[in-house]
Amino acid sequence: MRKFFILWQREVAVYFRSPAAYVILFFFLLLTGFNFWFVLNAMNRGPSSVSVVEAYFNTVFFWFGFVLPFPLVTMRLFAEEYKLGTIESLMTAPVRDGQVLLAKYFSAVFFYAVLWLPSLLYFVVFQWQTRLAAAPAVGSFLGAYAMLLLIGLLYLAIGCLASALTRNQVVAAIISFATIVILFSWGYFTRFFPNISPGLRDLTSYLSPLEHMALFSQGLFDTRPVVLYLSGTAMVLFFTFQVFQYRRWKV
Amino acid sequence: MIKVENLTKRYGRVTAVSDVSFEVGKGEIVGFLGPNGAGKSTTMRMLACYLPPTAGRAEVAGYDVFKDSLKARERIGYLPESVPLYNDMRVTEYLKYRAALKGVRGRRMKERVGDVMDLCALRDVEHKLVGNLSKGYRQRVGLADAMVHEPDLLILDEPTIGLDPNQIRQVRELIINLGRHHTILISTHILPEVELTCSRVLIMNRGRIEASDAPENLRARLRATGDVRLEARVPDAARARAALLEVAGVRGVNAVEDGEWHHFDLATESGADPREAVWQLATRENWAVRELTRDRVTLEDVFADITHPDE
Repeated sequence: MRKFFILWQREVAVYFRSPAAYVILFFFLLLTGFNFWFVLNAMNRGPSSVSVVEAYFNTVFFWFGFVLPFPLVTMRLFAEEYKLGTIESLMTAPVRDGQVLLAKYFSAVFFYAVLWLPSLLYFVVFQWQTRLAAAPAVGSFLGAYAMLLLIGLLYLAIGCLASALTRNQVVAAIISFATIVILFSWGYFTRFFPNISPGLRDLTSYLSPLEHMALFSQGLFDTRPVVLYLSGTAMVLFFTFQVFQYRRWKV
Repeated sequence: MIKVENLTKRYGRVTAVSDVSFEVGKGEIVGFLGPNGAGKSTTMRMLACYLPPTAGRAEVAGYDVFKDSLKARERIGYLPESVPLYNDMRVTEYLKYRAALKGVRGRRMKERVGDVMDLCALRDVEHKLVGNLSKGYRQRVGLADAMVHEPDLLILDEPTIGLDPNQIRQVRELIINLGRHHTILISTHILPEVELTCSRVLIMNRGRIEASDAPENLRARLRATGDVRLEARVPDAARARAALLEVAGVRGVNAVEDGEWHHFDLATESGADPREAVWQLATRENWAVRELTRDRVTLEDVFADITHPDE
């Protein structure tokens, strides 16, 4: 556990030491801020049946901004160590492969959390300025942010796997971006093909992050997506572990 | 300290290390020689628990490098050939991080990091970013990292490559000093280096260990073929040549005239050193001698002989 913490600290420090991190943080803030402005603007035009929170977490801008950071946050994790050769000094220190993997993964989770944290402020400012509730109940906040985290866990794990596959960061970014976009746009499947069989439709909605977010940001809770994302994350991390070990056998 | 039994590493069809066995005792400084691609780095990487062997086993300080890898790694300080370092860290910060990772904590960490910085003369760059350091300093940071946790065994893969002569001398002195408390396995291309620092030499070629002995013994083995050279003023070259052939241990004589002097190259029989007998002959015959030497066999000759037997 202590070794994990030392490794994790180092990984987190790398994020906040590189200028790229602040560029990502800045533009991400710009994008989410624009989305918030866009949502309020749209809701000002007329009566609406959804809460601010619900609207915020279901726009195109939200989803676009949501998908974008994953490759950027994860591509460095393993690829850079392979490229610089530092993997050799890292893995000849008395640390377990699993400790290294989890430290890297959870540093990415931490950075992801930091990325989304300022968005809470939008709602605080909104409630303070307008004296209106941004959502009918706290559950709406909890649900939306829980779903943000759940999907994030899986997509970060995918990014981690992509980075463990190659020594080239750009290749890692492309692999994870393509995979995440495919997984994500699964939710649009039914919109393009409205006449599919009911079974396929069920499967699609079961796997669709769009529907999960729509549900959770209303403050409704469903265990199925929770199980889906947690088990998916565990599986992808397990693959990453195998790839990481396999590369050492092969090198 | 190191016990290697039938260690083999294959990459696909290529066999990098083939059935290698050797032992290194506590306190030895062993030089690991061989041409590029001989399998030195691969062997060292396996010993450092970075690469798993295809077959065979290796033990460091009593721990199997594959089965008890973590315990073995705690006892090894390894400096990889390319000296990979995190460029975004400062020197002290990097050494502290590495010390913590290797289980050195609290006050002892502070002491150890201070000690290795003094030992490797890193004090004047302690606050610099690793990425901005010169090659020589990087090498020393790598060396400091390798020994920060006081390992029983140091594995140094070409620690003097790319350094200038002064730095090489500094690193050599450092290694000799370290040898008092550590067992060291060091690979290098600089042969005089080995003669000065190592108590034993392992010569590797094409994935096999071809020789393992003290540098003097290796030289002695090759000295068997070391020729003796005589330069003297003799009244009659042909008679002198015949007389020299009579000397015990001389196989053949080649005479070349050089004005009033003659050069004689004496091929000797294995293990024989006929210099004294030649000297006695010369005094008896009243030859004026201005040179009587035997070719000094260097480790370079040994190396060339072992790694290119057909040349």
